[in-house]
Amino acid sequence: MTLDRRNFIKLVGSASGLALAGCATQGPAVSSGSAAEIMPKTTRRVVVVGGGYGGTIAAKYIRMMDKSIEVVLVEKNDHFVSCPFSNLYLGGLMPDLSPLTIKYDKLVANHGVKFVQAEVTAVDAAAHTVVTSKGTLKYDRLVVSPGIDFRTEEIEGYDAKTPELMPHAWKAGPQTVLLRKQLEAMKDGGTVVLAVPLSPFRCPPGPYERTSMIAHYLKQHKPKSKIIVVDANPDIASKGPLFRKGWDMHYKSIIDYRKASKVTAINAGNKSVLIEGLDEVKGDVVNLIPPQRAAKIAQKAGLVGEDKKWCPVNMATFESTLQKDIHVIGDSSIAGAMPKSGYSANSEAKICAANVVALMNGREIVPLSGINTCYSYLSPDEAISVAAVYALKDGKIVGVPNSGGVSPADWSMAKTEAIYAKSWLNNILTEMST
Amino acid sequence: MKQRWSRWALAAGALTLSATAYAAGPNAQMLANACAGCHGTNGGSAGLTMPSLAAQSKTAIVDAMKKFKSGERPSSIMGRLAKGYSDAEIDMLGDFFSKQKIHFTGQTVDKAKVAKGADLQEANCSRCHLDDGKDGKDDTPVMASQWLPYLQMQMELYHSGKRKMPEKMAEKVKPLSKEDIDALLHFFASVNK
Repeated sequence: MTLDRRNFIKLVGSASGLALAGCATQGPAVSSGSAAEIMPKTTRRVVVVGGGYGGTIAAKYIRMMDKSIEVVLVEKNDHFVSCPFSNLYLGGLMPDLSPLTIKYDKLVANHGVKFVQAEVTAVDAAAHTVVTSKGTLKYDRLVVSPGIDFRTEEIEGYDAKTPELMPHAWKAGPQTVLLRKQLEAMKDGGTVVLAVPLSPFRCPPGPYERTSMIAHYLKQHKPKSKIIVVDANPDIASKGPLFRKGWDMHYKSIIDYRKASKVTAINAGNKSVLIEGLDEVKGDVVNLIPPQRAAKIAQKAGLVGEDKKWCPVNMATFESTLQKDIHVIGDSSIAGAMPKSGYSANSEAKICAANVVALMNGREIVPLSGINTCYSYLSPDEAISVAAVYALKDGKIVGVPNSGGVSPADWSMAKTEAIYAKSWLNNILTEMST
Repeated sequence: MKQRWSRWALAAGALTLSATAYAAGPNAQMLANACAGCHGTNGGSAGLTMPSLAAQSKTAIVDAMKKFKSGERPSSIMGRLAKGYSDAEIDMLGDFFSKQKIHFTGQTVDKAKVAKGADLQEANCSRCHLDDGKDGKDDTPVMASQWLPYLQMQMELYHSGKRKMPEKMAEKVKPLSKEDIDALLHFFASVNK
């Protein structure tokens, strides 16, 4: 059978027709033995899992582009705390996390997104059903933006109690507050150990911004203290020369950066990490950021690929190459040249939303255009940035040649960028929450 | 729009073969959406130093992007980003944002300065910055309701010579005092309807 455009549209049209009919015959009745359906599906529906940088934007933009599609956003918390800028809180430049916290009420009021506060425990891709702690939800298409999980099994001695002793603070919230409290409680003359995992991980420049912010705090309040960075990577994973420049200018005697130093074990009793099982590095405060993979729900839903870490997608639409009608965006997905950053998740969500709407309406795929912008603070009034524009080439997301890059090496923009970064935060959090 | 039907996508693991049709290139909305993380949804900015692009003059946007691209207009990241767009895409971006509804920021401003600025703008700016800055003649940017810190930063760039002031604007601005300029910016920032 040959498929031309007309047939293609017909097929898509009849497929969605069937889906609707199927739903109608099921009705609101709850089948015995399984969890109750939360909101019986009566129209075309997209369920979005995860209310962070990707999920909020996907939900909002699908509604902006097609009001006839019902969008249900499922998130286990009633709020979201941004990882970007949480290093400023750790550095003592922000009194609490409230400037980084958003709620979902305006997304509901302004765009008619339906919000369900529940934890997603399973996905039945064949039945187009999401199982949550509050019951099930049926969908025509599912967008999953669940963030990261930790590969703690790669660190010998790491157990359920380790995050309390050696916080990762790589998901903003209670962990961030805990790390801050430990820094505050540390005596002057103490040692902070910050362990950076192998790439790829969430927010490539994040560990180095955090190093800068903790060093700033120590310089101001505990000047006899130091921070040892043990980095599993061969060198600083992002904006390297610029970070080095900032560290040389401000924190030369405070930061002890050790490249190619992979933490493979911990000694909880000694509050130390072991590099390749040998060198023991002891800290009064240990910020252990474990290696990462896609969040648990992505694993359970069968979205993780052969690498057993991340989710392969059709980069044009972010539809999983493993499960039909499920799209994966944000840190969990393999998005070609786009890094695992908040801005990438924002941009990917819009690309995904446009094409979810296109697919559900039998329209042609809209070739993507994406952006990443990311600022990192070196001191309270100096920041550096990386920026890039992305396009689709031969099915892969690539940086547009001769564009993008990092801040000028002469530091001429650092003060301006520290100002711009705050506007970045205001705009991106406003986009997510209104 | 020119369409291309050459691509066939086979989703691994999927049982059905589906023909996926691709448009020729990103449409205006796709291009513009990527900007919104920093400039706000549909170009309505919530960031004090980021300009709203909504309802901006198309020519002003195209002109700004081309100057960012060439380096003629100073920037931190805009130069790096502008290089990622073709002239045709820049034209589409300008067109998209010019058609969005104007974004009123509702910011707090000094009322006395606004009153002084209102008189000054009538005499000095209104021939190009039309309708209280809500419209612009030719390539004149829309100023109304832009965030005060953004306007102030741009004015500093003009004064330092890093951003080149158009000749007609320089003629008007030169005789004005610092206080006059400050009042003018307060006026434009205050426009909310």
